[in-house]
Amino acid sequence: MSDLLRVIGLTKKFGDFTAVDGIDFSVARGEVLGFLGPNGAGKTTAMRMVTGFLPPTGGTAIVDGFDVRTHPIEVKRKVGYLPEGAPLYDDMTPREFLTFVADVRNIDRSDRDKAIDSAADRINIQHVMHQPIGTLSKGYKRRVGIAQAILHNPDVLILDEPTDGLDPNQKHEVRKLINEMASDKVIVISTHILEEVDVVCSRAIVIANGRVVADGKPQELEARSSFHNAVSVRVSGVPDSLTDKLLALPMVEKVESSEIGDGQVSLTVFPRGPVNILETVSECLKELAVTVEQIHVERGKMDEVFRNITTSPKS
Amino acid sequence: MGTTLAICRRELRAYFTTPLAYVFIVIFVAMNGATAFFFGGLFDRGQADMTSLFSMLPWLYLFLIPAVAMRLWAEERKSGTLELLMTLPVSTTSAVFGKFLAAWVFSGIALSLTFPVWVTVNWLGNPDNGIILASYIGGLLMAGSYLAIGGFVSALTKNQVIAFVVGAAVIFLFMMSSLDLILAAFRGWAPVFLVEVIQSLSFLVHYDSIVRGVIDLRDLVFYFSIMGVFLFANVVVVDQKRGA
Repeated sequence: MSDLLRVIGLTKKFGDFTAVDGIDFSVARGEVLGFLGPNGAGKTTAMRMVTGFLPPTGGTAIVDGFDVRTHPIEVKRKVGYLPEGAPLYDDMTPREFLTFVADVRNIDRSDRDKAIDSAADRINIQHVMHQPIGTLSKGYKRRVGIAQAILHNPDVLILDEPTDGLDPNQKHEVRKLINEMASDKVIVISTHILEEVDVVCSRAIVIANGRVVADGKPQELEARSSFHNAVSVRVSGVPDSLTDKLLALPMVEKVESSEIGDGQVSLTVFPRGPVNILETVSECLKELAVTVEQIHVERGKMDEVFRNITTSPKS
Repeated sequence: MGTTLAICRRELRAYFTTPLAYVFIVIFVAMNGATAFFFGGLFDRGQADMTSLFSMLPWLYLFLIPAVAMRLWAEERKSGTLELLMTLPVSTTSAVFGKFLAAWVFSGIALSLTFPVWVTVNWLGNPDNGIILASYIGGLLMAGSYLAIGGFVSALTKNQVIAFVVGAAVIFLFMMSSLDLILAAFRGWAPVFLVEVIQSLSFLVHYDSIVRGVIDLRDLVFYFSIMGVFLFANVVVVDQKRGA
């Protein structure tokens, strides 16, 4: 098996409540897996089991051949983990803290400072290395947590909401960092920021009620959206017959329109089936001599897909 | 071993980066001095020894040691850093032992700072320094067993105040177990050997013989068994609590 991380029938019960209900997936080197799901879906619990913090009720996770139930220490050596909320020792400075982590991870003293500096450099925390962590902003704390996770250049990197609490610039940096590291690792990130999935993930798994409800490339998930391949246009000088004309086209399923002021109208034209209707729609608009301000094909709306698959009634 | 020491160093540093260490040491040394001189009658006894200090030590430790131990696990649980610590490649045993060691070293540092009293009695007379050394060892062993109990209790809760109060109560029961207060509760129904076992669990009985200068193997076994049992229980609790 070339898959660095394999999760097999992973289950966690807290009393009568099943938080994670037999999830299976494998991730190969080079993949960035987005772990999506509504709050309380079981993302964090699943990550805690994979990283050896919680013992599974059933199933297991295998990291590079080591079973987390029987070889937890070996698994923990191979994994870098940012726990939810990035808990840190507030009374230490980032340098003291990273030194501690390096010591616990048995990084040689000669390599230690280099590893710390390089992690600090990559995540941009060099100038706060000597301030107590408790006095740092939320964004810095999160980044210190990420620095701790990448310190030993792990094969498997598991980040629970890595960009939570970061400003847009910092989010961009963290996403860039994830992309840079992606080629030789398995990276699993949990998030509920859906645009993030598009930017960093090569694959997404959606879980709801402790089960995997979707697993695929972000584009495949987007293709499930009713907006997939829909054409959005913004036009002015609209004749009354426009909507009817569009609906008369054989490839058009329905048209939604809304006034947006200044005599402009925004239209979304939905195709009948998986077809590209951009050309047909634009020809139709040309015929009617409508001024087109903007026109583009929708890729699909991730949040709509997300809502559909996580709220659909369970069978 | 490396990880145990790394954890021990971090814990020890944590004591000294917060005011806790300084407050504790100042109060510990001041109260030791006060109890030794006023209640213990260091001067009035007219003897060059440290008996007055060491006879009060178990009582000072009763509420000062739980204060050292209470944060060991409760704080990690409360702040969520337990998840961080336990997902590093650290066995629960080395985490428990590293933390315990740090607390023990810290209380050893505090105890060693009572040396001015030792200097004073040596200045004033010719004490039996062998007995004083034995007493320091007895004090250290007592601190270690109190800490093992306190650390175990701390692992049961995320509330440090509860860890302190319950820890002190458990230690108090162990101290008192040679006294009628506790024994009377058992005499009525328990077999004689059980009463004797309970009686033999008293910290005070074992401590008294060491402080008199007699380091008996049985007393050493007693203290190290207490530490062993509670450290083991500590490991079990940390593992169990994660599962729930």
